[in-house]
Amino acid sequence: MIAIVLILLFWFCTWGLNIYLSSLPPSQAIRVAIPTVFGLSFLVIWECTVRIFNVPGVILPPPSDIGVTFVNSLDILWIDLVQTVFKGALSGYLIGCGSAMIMAIAVNRYPFLQKGILPIGNFVAALPIVGTAPIFVMWFGFGWQSKAAVVVAMVFFPMLVNMVQGLASTDVMQRDILKTYNATYWQEIWKLKLPAAMPFAFNGLKICTTLSLIGAIVAEFFGSPILGMGFRISTEVGRLALDVVWAEIVVAAIAGTLFFWIVSLGEQKVTFWHPTHRK
Amino acid sequence: MKSILPITTVSMVIVILWYGFSVILNSTWTKDQASRAGVEVTFSEILKDTMVQQRPLLPAPHQVVIELWETTANKKITSKRSLVYHGWITLSATLLGFVIGTGLGILLAIGIVHNKAMDYGVMPWIIASQTVPILALAPMIIVVLYSIGLSGLVPKAIISAYLSFFPVSVGMVAGFRCPDPTQMDLLKTYAAKKSQLFWKLMVPISMPYLFTSLKIGVAASLVGAIVGELPTGAVAGLGARLLAGSYYGQTVQIWSALIGSAILAATLVGLIGLIQKFTLDRMGLAR
Repeated sequence: MIAIVLILLFWFCTWGLNIYLSSLPPSQAIRVAIPTVFGLSFLVIWECTVRIFNVPGVILPPPSDIGVTFVNSLDILWIDLVQTVFKGALSGYLIGCGSAMIMAIAVNRYPFLQKGILPIGNFVAALPIVGTAPIFVMWFGFGWQSKAAVVVAMVFFPMLVNMVQGLASTDVMQRDILKTYNATYWQEIWKLKLPAAMPFAFNGLKICTTLSLIGAIVAEFFGSPILGMGFRISTEVGRLALDVVWAEIVVAAIAGTLFFWIVSLGEQKVTFWHPTHRK
Repeated sequence: MKSILPITTVSMVIVILWYGFSVILNSTWTKDQASRAGVEVTFSEILKDTMVQQRPLLPAPHQVVIELWETTANKKITSKRSLVYHGWITLSATLLGFVIGTGLGILLAIGIVHNKAMDYGVMPWIIASQTVPILALAPMIIVVLYSIGLSGLVPKAIISAYLSFFPVSVGMVAGFRCPDPTQMDLLKTYAAKKSQLFWKLMVPISMPYLFTSLKIGVAASLVGAIVGELPTGAVAGLGARLLAGSYYGQTVQIWSALIGSAILAATLVGLIGLIQKFTLDRMGLAR
């Protein structure tokens, strides 16, 4: 009973601290401090709750155990990361997004295609594409190639839709001025349409970072050589070694966040002219 | 209406490509069988054989359509071979998860808009939670909830809810922040209370955002329900059909489950689209 009161008290204290912090004049430090305080207090409460109420490790391991497992099994986590993220997700991401961009340029050339592909692309983007995983595993075998194929299928249409919209986002005035300069078709693509499409392209690229990781991990549930994050998660769940599963999830979270961060860094470099990035 | 012709053309091209690929992929098997039997096959024979194989690498579209028809119209709904039965199991988990996720998403959005500490403290974590490939958690959530006595519908619904709350909360935060200062000022000069400000300005103005995010959310929660069915060992549901099909090499079954879930997703998104059109028309918000 006292424990619950103490935990609640701790929660209110940190929450009060956050309310106090957010009432201060906003600065960069405060914008970092508030989510950090929130996250840390969440971890402390998790740890204390699990320890005090003796929650069995097969239901919810405390964060400290997960940390210990994480450090002890760095070698396994690393080979899983290489297999799933670098081989499966990343190659599929590059192939899928790259081909979608090229396809989008082709689609942009013909308004007829654009009218036909946009609604279908929007429709396909809403479909449970993850379901194609067993088919691709059957076609391309258990290795990383099938995972890359699933990722390609998952990222292609969201990327295509964004890119087609982006290429179509130039207005008449801009196209007219290029015509008065006597620009060729490819000059128009390189100097006007591609730069104008970049904010849309990066929106698609950011959405696809998460999709690619999901695709690669879920595809491994359908069959994988004896390594890979999805493989490890599904087998360790079977053994009820939940600390290993959580360690894999931490890796997935770090990889996903880093991937997203790198893409948004690229966005800031490429679309520095866009209102949202102007200083 | 002008886009009907392009859409049909593109769909036709997809179907033709599908037939083409199924001939190419399945001909390996046909040629292999023929060479084992020691006979030569002509192209027309290959063409004929690739359309009717029992376990093709890529079933031809009409095979999938026939399987869909067989498993929906020609089976009793209660039969375990009926796709309607499996579809309903997935749909119920999807809908429950969607309702939970949407409710949670809207509540979070209200909190974030009204409370600065929540905006700064929780919002970054909500965004970070989406860079975690959450579907990877699915097996664990199923196992953990099973160990505390929850099985069947609820664990799947929780995964669905997790996937659908994010688009809704982000969309609604944008929607609630939509009113511009002059509109807020007008209501303030009327001495509107905070609750009146919310119900009479913020809620109506956020409706277009709500429906857009609901469409994304319902598609996401269907994915969640399907993936949630995988670790339970293929008992029932569309995900189970996928898994069972992949275990026994029943490609036609996989494809029919896949197309079945696509139809389900399209119907759900279409329904929300209809409600959106009706509501926005009545509210005078239609664009």
